Amino acid sequence: MKKLKLVMVGNGMAGVRTLEELLKIAPDIYEITVFGAEPYANYNRILLSPVLAGEQTVKDIMLNDVDWYQENGITLHLGKKIAKIDRSKRIVIAEDGTTAEYDRLLLATGSNPFILPVPGKDLQGVISYRDIQDTNAMIDAARQYKHAVVIGGGLLGLEAANGLKLRGMDVTVVHLPNWLMERQLDPTAGKMLQKSLEDRGLKFLLEKNTKELIGDADDGKGGRVKAVRFTDGLEVPADLVVMAVGIRPNTTLAESAGLYCNRGIVVNDTMQTYDPRVYAVGECVNHRGTAYGLVAPLFEMAKVCANHLGNFGIGRYQGSVTSTKLKVTGIDLFSAGEFMGGEGAEEIVLSDPIGGVYKKLVLKDDKLVGACLYGDTVDGSWYFKLLREGRNVGEIRDTLMFGESNTGRPGDTGHEGFTKAAAMPDDAEVCGCNGVCKGTIVKAIKEKGLFTLEDVRKHTKASASCGSCTGLVEQIVMATAGGDFSASPKAKPMCGCTDHTHQEVRAAIKANKLLTIPQVMQFMEWRAPNGCSSCRPALNYYLISTWPHEAKDDPQSRFINERAHANIQKDGTYSVVPRMWGGETTADELRRIADTVDKFKIPTVKVTGGQRIDLLGVKKEDLPAVWQSLGMPSGHAYAKALRTVKTCVGSEWCRFGTQDSTLMGKQLERALWRMYAPHKVKLAVSGCPRNCAEAGIKDVGVIGVDSGWEIYVAGNGGIKTEVAEFFVKVKTHEEVLEYSGAFLQLYREEGWYLERTVHYVARVGLDYVKKRVVEDAGNRKALYERLLFSLDGEPDPWHERKQALVDERQFAPLTV
Amino acid sequence: MQPVWKSICAVDDIPVLGARVVKRSGQHDVAVFRNDADQVFALLDRCPHKGGPLSQGIVYGERVACPLHNWNIELQSGCAAAPDEGCTQKFSVKVEDGKVYLDVNELMGQTAEAA
Repeated sequence: MKKLKLVMVGNGMAGVRTLEELLKIAPDIYEITVFGAEPYANYNRILLSPVLAGEQTVKDIMLNDVDWYQENGITLHLGKKIAKIDRSKRIVIAEDGTTAEYDRLLLATGSNPFILPVPGKDLQGVISYRDIQDTNAMIDAARQYKHAVVIGGGLLGLEAANGLKLRGMDVTVVHLPNWLMERQLDPTAGKMLQKSLEDRGLKFLLEKNTKELIGDADDGKGGRVKAVRFTDGLEVPADLVVMAVGIRPNTTLAESAGLYCNRGIVVNDTMQTYDPRVYAVGECVNHRGTAYGLVAPLFEMAKVCANHLGNFGIGRYQGSVTSTKLKVTGIDLFSAGEFMGGEGAEEIVLSDPIGGVYKKLVLKDDKLVGACLYGDTVDGSWYFKLLREGRNVGEIRDTLMFGESNTGRPGDTGHEGFTKAAAMPDDAEVCGCNGVCKGTIVKAIKEKGLFTLEDVRKHTKASASCGSCTGLVEQIVMATAGGDFSASPKAKPMCGCTDHTHQEVRAAIKANKLLTIPQVMQFMEWRAPNGCSSCRPALNYYLISTWPHEAKDDPQSRFINERAHANIQKDGTYSVVPRMWGGETTADELRRIADTVDKFKIPTVKVTGGQRIDLLGVKKEDLPAVWQSLGMPSGHAYAKALRTVKTCVGSEWCRFGTQDSTLMGKQLERALWRMYAPHKVKLAVSGCPRNCAEAGIKDVGVIGVDSGWEIYVAGNGGIKTEVAEFFVKVKTHEEVLEYSGAFLQLYREEGWYLERTVHYVARVGLDYVKKRVVEDAGNRKALYERLLFSLDGEPDPWHERKQALVDERQFAPLTV
Repeated sequence: MQPVWKSICAVDDIPVLGARVVKRSGQHDVAVFRNDADQVFALLDRCPHKGGPLSQGIVYGERVACPLHNWNIELQSGCAAAPDEGCTQKFSVKVEDGKVYLDVNELMGQTAEAA
């Protein structure tokens, strides 16, 4: 097939990212030609500030060198500006007369700095701050001249000022509003930032309106700039004036081609302009009324655009929530959302001006809608996540201000700021789960040109497991690749096979009575024909939990442990944990265990934390015979299901015991075993408040008191210890069964796959759970009924293998 | 060396989107996989990462996810999907009349990976 011609005008970050995405998914559709007005290949514009500050060089910030274009068969025209698009002939014409035909045209013309329309704006020494040329001009000026004035106290202006100061100039920042970065900071944080920059030797003139720039020619109207005069008559010396008062989407070319523009080239959700052959991405576009200047949204657009260009009719860009960070080394600053507050908003503020820490959180209807942090921004990404997800934070409101590590959510490792992340030695371990050091992450970011947390996860596995180092990894990405980078701003899809979230998939399965994995995949337009190892187990669980006795379990979509009904070990052998009701056993059971160990030469026997016995090192072929020899039920120690019910001795023997906790534990375990769930479920029952069964860190913990039982829920003893929260107090064993069962059924019906009870409850709020289970007796009974219905007839996979659909072939190896 | 094809099992003896293990004396096992298009693949039953038994993984498309650390291995080539790097040995497979054949010479040959 003849290739279509794709021409890209503009060679910046958004455009080239689009090409990269396109080459990834459809490398063969297009013959690509790129026109760039600058004489450089693609570089990271965001990192111009560190270049100006002398912390990096132009070479460090190149993203794709000329070889990259060559390797990918892309024709690259550098230093050629497109003057005209002829849409009827479908050609573009450069200023030097070079032409190129297109079938699809991609405009990525970026933005232009806004130049104040004041007298003297064209004098020598008056520049904007946009590209490598501007940066070099500033570096040159710093060598020869003394006085610099930066007009504009926003993100870019301050970064420019900081860089010029570091290069030895005497720098004054002029700003019209009365605090700095007024689009990103509230007045308090703005003032603190000003103080900190003043300590570094920068000078500020706020609430000043520039009237004119004065030249060194006799009439003051020509030559090189020598001073700036304000409307109030004040005049300050200036040999260099940097205009950083904002950017305007560069739409000149698009407008001249008759494409509809309105503060940006207007595009739809698939990044097409009013001419569907012509796409536009990046700072030059206006999408749903917004022009973005930060990189994360641009990359989102790039992905969608590439998808559409690649003829995959999926993916829509629906706008982004953005956050800001200032790239001035040593200053930690973060803001996102509606940080100014306003009507109906409540503010939580922590202010320590001497210590240089200020934090403001803005809430509306128990949801975080804005955050402004200064001095300690380690929780910025966490707040940003809460904000994007629109999660109810009512439950954690009292500790919200103290950050993720203090709210009982899976936290970050160490409360270290951006500066500390940058200062960490390369051999410091960042991710404890996967043993990833900072150096490995930095190397991957630099060598592979990574931008996002997701990329870093994929390449290094850092923060890919428990996620507790996510904050730190984001800090490192920021420190290495530049600021503004953040995870995808939209709700997270289940996996790469779909754009749908867990919630959407669960809801669709229920609403449309989907009964098989292929049905779900077809209905929800899965991209991969049989999904992947991440979505299939989730779908299987959603189906069997939503439609018990109707949806058929699919063992091939289960992780090996649930397929073999044993835990795979690092050497490929398995471990076997038989069930011991309530942690009680008998001489007979122990004898059978001992005989089994001897007979099958099982190398290790270990007592577990859940009051059971683990037989380790069993060969897969031996599993059925081992189960048979044990003659005990499956302990489901391998499954996302009810594991154990741990108990203390209780009133039958203990001199302090007030309730028969062992009996209660056995009753719970007998009622709930074989219960599959989004994740593992652990229970414990203690007979008195001394709580020897450690019920405070279980998914459901029951504690006996004189007058009955207290039930606690959503505890966790794992990666991050979470103390269970008081749920309800009841009198009888039957009530304990009903309340616990109803709570677990709610979790089974609403939890996302691999979400523990603690995270489920954090997501929906304890109040909600109480409303459904404690306050609404009818609903509680209905939930409990549904649980019992689900469990009715559920086979023991060790002893009723046929009913449990265990594939026996897996235990029988083939031979040659 | 000429291939010597030997029937190992029927295609239907392998679960759809699953695998079977072929034992070899003195050498590591070989895993034979079947996908939902009834294609059959054979790889050394060792993940290039930490030696995990690939036969126990979840099969999807033309890949298997290793059960130990979720590396995704291409069934066709035996190589890990990017960004992971490494390959495991692949074996020739022939399917005729619903039967799966492996090359005995290849199975019996000493290989570097099998050390």
